[in-house]
Amino acid sequence: MGRAFSTIAFDPAKCDGCGDCMRACAQAKTGTDDVARSRIQIVGREKAFELAMCRQCGDPKCVSVCPAGALNKDGDTGVIGWDASKCVDCLLCTVGCAYGGIALDEVSGHVSKCDTCDGKPACVPVCSKGALKYVTTANIYNEVGDWEDLFAPGLAGCQGCNTELLMRHTLRRVGPDTVLATPPGCVPGMGSVGFNGTTGTKVPVFHPLLTNTASMLAGVKRQFKRMGRDVTALAIAGDGGASDVGFQSLSGAAERGEQMLFMVVDNEGYMNTGMQRSSCTPYGAWTSTTPVGVGCSAGLPSQGKTQDAKNLPLIMVNHRCAYVATASTAYMEDLYEKIDKALEASKRGFAYVHVYSPCTTGWRFPSDQNMEVARKAVETNFVMLWEFTPQDGLHFTKPVDDPLPVTEYLKVMGRFRHLSPEQIEHIQGKVVENMQFIQRFSEQAHGC
Amino acid sequence: MDRVIEQTKYLIVGSSHAALEAINAIRMHDAEGSLTVVTRDAHLPYSPTVLPYVVSGKSAPERVFLRDEDFFERNNVSFRRSAGLAVLHADANTAQLADGSTLGYEKLLLATGASPVIPPIPGIDSVDYHVLRTLDDATGLNAAIAGANNAVVLGGGLVGMHAAENLVKAGAKVTIVEMGPTVLGGYFDAAASGLIEAAFREAGATVLTGSRVVGLAKSATGATVTLANGDTLAADLLLVATGVKPDVGYLNGSGIAFEQGIVVDDQMRTSIDNVWAAGDCAQAKHFFAPRKQVNAILPSATEQGRIAGMAMAEDPGIKAYAGGVPLNTYHFFGRHAISVGSSEVPEGGDVVTRFDEANGRYLKIIFDGGRLTGIFGINEYFDGGIMWQLIVRRIDLTEIRDRFIENPLEVGREIMSRTWR
Repeated sequence: MGRAFSTIAFDPAKCDGCGDCMRACAQAKTGTDDVARSRIQIVGREKAFELAMCRQCGDPKCVSVCPAGALNKDGDTGVIGWDASKCVDCLLCTVGCAYGGIALDEVSGHVSKCDTCDGKPACVPVCSKGALKYVTTANIYNEVGDWEDLFAPGLAGCQGCNTELLMRHTLRRVGPDTVLATPPGCVPGMGSVGFNGTTGTKVPVFHPLLTNTASMLAGVKRQFKRMGRDVTALAIAGDGGASDVGFQSLSGAAERGEQMLFMVVDNEGYMNTGMQRSSCTPYGAWTSTTPVGVGCSAGLPSQGKTQDAKNLPLIMVNHRCAYVATASTAYMEDLYEKIDKALEASKRGFAYVHVYSPCTTGWRFPSDQNMEVARKAVETNFVMLWEFTPQDGLHFTKPVDDPLPVTEYLKVMGRFRHLSPEQIEHIQGKVVENMQFIQRFSEQAHGC
Repeated sequence: MDRVIEQTKYLIVGSSHAALEAINAIRMHDAEGSLTVVTRDAHLPYSPTVLPYVVSGKSAPERVFLRDEDFFERNNVSFRRSAGLAVLHADANTAQLADGSTLGYEKLLLATGASPVIPPIPGIDSVDYHVLRTLDDATGLNAAIAGANNAVVLGGGLVGMHAAENLVKAGAKVTIVEMGPTVLGGYFDAAASGLIEAAFREAGATVLTGSRVVGLAKSATGATVTLANGDTLAADLLLVATGVKPDVGYLNGSGIAFEQGIVVDDQMRTSIDNVWAAGDCAQAKHFFAPRKQVNAILPSATEQGRIAGMAMAEDPGIKAYAGGVPLNTYHFFGRHAISVGSSEVPEGGDVVTRFDEANGRYLKIIFDGGRLTGIFGINEYFDGGIMWQLIVRRIDLTEIRDRFIENPLEVGREIMSRTWR
């Protein structure tokens, strides 16, 4: 299997052209302040800054046109290395590269290119705007890629849904010694309960009622314990199945400290049955039962949901579960750490992981935008990523110090398109209020 | 013949850039199919482009190889050296090799490159001369340079100019004889070539443009070279670098269409269905000219090799060849020259030049309306790869034309980052 590599990512929207990255690179690589010699080149003017830098291509043209064998892609790091002792300074690599990623350093007379400073790029930490990031998520692929995929190869999800990603990753991580409960919702709809008499997973899976998922799974787990078998009890439920209909059994199992990992895929509604509202649907959102328009709700005008969402993960904190966390598929490394901790905690007690899961179909956004929507939710503090244990209390894992206005999140999907300025103001107010509310939990836990 | 002929699914003839790219492309899509690479060379794969640096001593001959044996092992490729294609029997899908063996193939790629053209100068067969196309040529010329006092280089193309520079640096008295009005005429205009010629003259070389050799005769120290104007030159080292042409004697009677090269379509397929050709031996679509041409440069070879490999493996991701674009980079006496695109000004097109004679900097940009068709620089650095994309993508530069002319390096990068990042 091929490997994935860490990479330097650039977000032009955040770049203000300050040039700190170029100075850091020139210092690190040439010991001078001559930014023309930097291997990262920010170009452009005013508010439109662009980047020229080596992409460390998977199929590098600079390598294939080098007549001297002086360029090579390192199979372990993915970095395209330049061997000065073989280079003949012919500059053909600069013709091969379509990105300006390898270029002549007129001072040295040789070509120069980014080598990611051996995995510690000098440019990234000096970027005070957050426009440069060193993305190491590839490590997940390299590690997880060899684990067994325990989900059916084909499934019936909507295009662009991130729940497949979630199911495959979670099942791979928890491994084959698992019993899985998937109550009615998108997860069985996508195929966990199977087709034509076979299950959709390579682990035992059952399909409880919406109401009794946690209690059935608790019973199954207890029976395995009685038999002396160490089995992970895993539930993957939707927000409806957890926060509305299934809440009684969920709360009971959490209160009793049943040893299980309960994962909620929160797409903020009953999406597989036609996008009805749930108690996790946010204020103002369009759903099929909180419509938008004149005279569409018992003859009255309606502008989406009129109540605020329930904060289920905070309610789980108040059960003093062994582990509670919120997560997002836009932050896979964070998600992975939390699944690891939750899995570990589920051997001792009740572990709860709440994953915010944008719904392409129900939220009305293009199918290639799922991760972007998920990311914007975090960047605006619309959702917050944190974890809780009774020992260490609550703390943020991806704190957002300088959140974007909530409109940046609202505008990337159709379900909020109708919002009035007053409604937006209400939502922005709620974001601030929620932030302060969770902040207080966090501070108390740290004894402040 | 009762003997069972050895069979291979893919047969690649040649082992330089086009062949190596084809191997990658095939293995990207078909990890299993048997693949055999045969080459007339006795060495591991290397690039003809590196040879001038072997001549100069900058590159050690044992360190110029582009792949090692392990590469072929890992990719499950049978690699056979000193086994060039002798006769192709396209009707029987078999290849008779120079080592006497015969191979049957399902799909064949001809990436046999080119060989030096030896001009029909009276007496040329009576004198010793060098050419530069193989690694053995290069090591031979490298050894000869040390003892040379009076060198004559026939041909002011890239190979000749590179070798001449090395000879100058080795202390020889060097004369370059070029038939055309300027050196490197295919890549640079008169002003740019003038700068290059001046650098050579400054270093002590004699550059005779518009000059032709009409006779060669053996002398006590080497050869006597007679020019069209009657002058004679004494040479103890003679290098013939008057161009290359595909060496395709193996095609004899195979029915594969051949003009200046093996004629291919935009997926590098020849006139025979299961035979492809790529690199310096192929005559393919040209980006600027309506007629197919041999575009014997390294970047074209890699591109064509990849397309041919994808076509052979039936990779659905294949994209048709956009057409060859003239491209080159050239280093001389510490200066650099880059040429991208056509040096011809299209009808209705216009040319911008900037010449800083004092500092030896020259820039020439050719536009067709708002679109770039060629850019040439001496000691004026720009990203050749980005310029190439601006040309083949036919990007309209009308709005930013002045800024582009002012700073093609930076503005080119801006457009790249906005358009195809």
